[in-house]
Amino acid sequence: MSQTHAHGHHGPETLPPEPEKATLEGRNKILGFWLFLGGETVLFGTLFASYLALRNQINDGPSGEQLFSLPLVAVATFILLTSSLFSVMAIQALHRHDLKGIQFWLGATVLFGVLFLGLEIYEFFHYVHEGLTFSTSAFSTSFYSLVGFHGAHVLLGVLWIALLIVQLSKKKLTVVTAPKVYVAALYWHFIDVVWVFIFTVVYLMGKVG
Amino acid sequence: MAHAHTVKRYSGLMDWLTTVDHKKIGILYLAAGGFFFLIGGLEAILIRIQLMKPMNDFVSAQTFNELITMHGTTMIFLAAMPMIFGLMNAVIPLQIGARDVAFPFLNSLGFWTFFFGGLLVNVSWFLGGAPDAGWTAYPPLSSERYSGMGIDFYAIGLQIAGIGTLVGGINFLVTIINMRAPGMTFMRMPMFTWASFVTSMIILFAFPALAVGLIALTFDRLFGGNFFDVSGGGNVVLWQHIFWIFGHPEVYILILPAFGIISEIVSTFSKKRLFGYSSMVFATVLIGFLGFMVWVHHMFTVGLGPVGNALFSIATMLIAVPTGIKIFNWIFTMWGGRISFTTASLYGMAFIPTFVMGGVTGVMLAVPGADYQYHDTYFVVAHFHYVIVGGLILGIFGGIFYWWPKMFGRVLNETLGKASFWFFFIGFHLTFFVQHFLGLWGMPRRVYTYLENQGWDDLNWISTIGAFAMGVGTLLVLINIFITGLKPRNADSDPWDGRTLEWTIPSPPPEYNFKQLPLVRGLDALWKEKSAGNKEMTPAEPIGPIHMPSPSLLPFIMSVGLFIAGLGFMYKNYDFTNGFMSMLFGYNIVSIGGLVITFACMFLRSVYDDHGWHIEPEELQDKGVKA
Repeated sequence: MSQTHAHGHHGPETLPPEPEKATLEGRNKILGFWLFLGGETVLFGTLFASYLALRNQINDGPSGEQLFSLPLVAVATFILLTSSLFSVMAIQALHRHDLKGIQFWLGATVLFGVLFLGLEIYEFFHYVHEGLTFSTSAFSTSFYSLVGFHGAHVLLGVLWIALLIVQLSKKKLTVVTAPKVYVAALYWHFIDVVWVFIFTVVYLMGKVG
Repeated sequence: MAHAHTVKRYSGLMDWLTTVDHKKIGILYLAAGGFFFLIGGLEAILIRIQLMKPMNDFVSAQTFNELITMHGTTMIFLAAMPMIFGLMNAVIPLQIGARDVAFPFLNSLGFWTFFFGGLLVNVSWFLGGAPDAGWTAYPPLSSERYSGMGIDFYAIGLQIAGIGTLVGGINFLVTIINMRAPGMTFMRMPMFTWASFVTSMIILFAFPALAVGLIALTFDRLFGGNFFDVSGGGNVVLWQHIFWIFGHPEVYILILPAFGIISEIVSTFSKKRLFGYSSMVFATVLIGFLGFMVWVHHMFTVGLGPVGNALFSIATMLIAVPTGIKIFNWIFTMWGGRISFTTASLYGMAFIPTFVMGGVTGVMLAVPGADYQYHDTYFVVAHFHYVIVGGLILGIFGGIFYWWPKMFGRVLNETLGKASFWFFFIGFHLTFFVQHFLGLWGMPRRVYTYLENQGWDDLNWISTIGAFAMGVGTLLVLINIFITGLKPRNADSDPWDGRTLEWTIPSPPPEYNFKQLPLVRGLDALWKEKSAGNKEMTPAEPIGPIHMPSPSLLPFIMSVGLFIAGLGFMYKNYDFTNGFMSMLFGYNIVSIGGLVITFACMFLRSVYDDHGWHIEPEELQDKGVKA
């Protein structure tokens, strides 16, 4: 079962150096989550393929080239990439058994996630105002589906990690809560990687043509 | 450690609704899959009655379209896969020497989402018409312009059922990677576990594509999307690509576990180690990989051009190589073996030539030039029934007869079993062999009737007779199960003189499977001990408390929530005559309510950690279980 090491002066003496991998349940959870992300990759891959197939079908509606504003998207990208860095800091705190540190950095992650979501919602409102609704064209449908799916993932992540922060203050850092933190960080990195592709394939390619 | 947890133990119906025991979930999968198999079989028989004679008016054209759509959808998603999942759940942890699956709670959730998704697809019969655009649901036929609400039931029902499949696949992957008994290396794993491992891998990478396709179809139909609507710039061929990049691997999701079952049966009933074990593993993995490389062979006639067609043609034919390796390995396993002709063994042996016939017509269809002739004829219908029924269903029946004693503690009646085998086997060839010729002589698939004297009358009549014989064979299996159920549970722990770990523990196994985890010292772990003169496995650990997960009703409630939400979305734009109903659905009260139920359960699950309970060593001694 969980081996006990007298290591780490920041945390409880009984916690092993990598508490997220100390139990079989924890290792199962992390492996299962990696596999789940493999499935998510196919999900987003299919959405990307659909978008690439349909992105020039603007059907009398506005095109991406007309709508996209790179400065706005660049700011959003900067915010989301930074939030990913914060989740790395949370995992580093986890390995130091520093509960306060985990909560602080996860809080920063959530905050930047919310900022990103705000920008995205503003962006979508703006586009609808410019005449690009979900039903305007095949381009609009595939654009809102791809970017919207990513946004929904960010929203879920924000709610999830916020709940986790609350849980941590009640249950502290244990071999049960540690895998939860680790897995949430994995999820957040995945969201970030997907966004890098969206930034490139949707916005940069959409601007260049 | 103090194990002072008390846990609620349920009995009766509540036990089945809350169980997280992989063996019970296996039984649930088998029962629900068997139920849908009967529905799908009934639909098949109605189809064959309609086609029994020319210009028949037994069912209307609309009903016929619904019947073929529901037959295909039900058999693939709601019968074949769940029955495989049933066997996988019942057997895999036992074969690798594990006490449980990696995620017992998710296992239960996977079953219930499959069940309620399947229910949602099927209630369409009573709520304004079943899906009628074929199990492939190609747009524009499946668009809201040409198809009724049935397609909404198809899209949303399969979406919910698909969650269950994906969850199940991940669960088996983690179980097999992380929870093998000491000494059970990958290259000592039984073939059925290997096949299930590769199958789970395919599920993981194929099902999300289907999810996106179904979401896109739902968006188009309910929310005014344009993915497949040509007037909005959409592309109907996009659906075909998405559908088949899921759909072709799906074929291997179905057949690989059958390959695994056949490997177990052939080796056990020939009293020989499986010939070419490592090449079998290699072939299984290679088939899993190639399964993703060939989806365009379903689209040769779409007009993608000769280069694309040629590449996908070659890739398709390549699959014949690893499949051929498997066929020869089974034959060489039997070669010189001491073969016993039990029912399971008959199914196993009948599988081999039948599947070869299906494989050969598959290579014929892989030639694009020839495919222009075969496309959408009964030749294709004959081909895929040869591989899916002649392959998978024979495999499942074999597996059921083989593992029934382990699952239920009772050996199925052999005389009835053999009778059911011959009815099913002869009926099968009668039904589908002649359909090759119907196809070559020009009979298109999916037609609800045909004119007389085109040379199709006699063969259609024969085909229908065969379908009835298959029905009789299936009924005999049910009768067998019923009669056996009346007998006492007296099956031996090892009724077939088996080779693998599941035969080392009592039938049916205790809830913790293994009192002590076994030490595995080679391939066919039990056989190795038997040949060394040992009566039982060497334990790999001292007797200690065994950790068990707690039962939970949450997976059931979560799936009910999804079911309600699914109905809510479907009837969002529906024209109710009742003002109250219009309000409930029109303002999304139903759909959001359903989702709230599901998310509330997720919240509860995540907030309240359930540490399970322990079975203490004293309890283990009392039951006197052999290791």
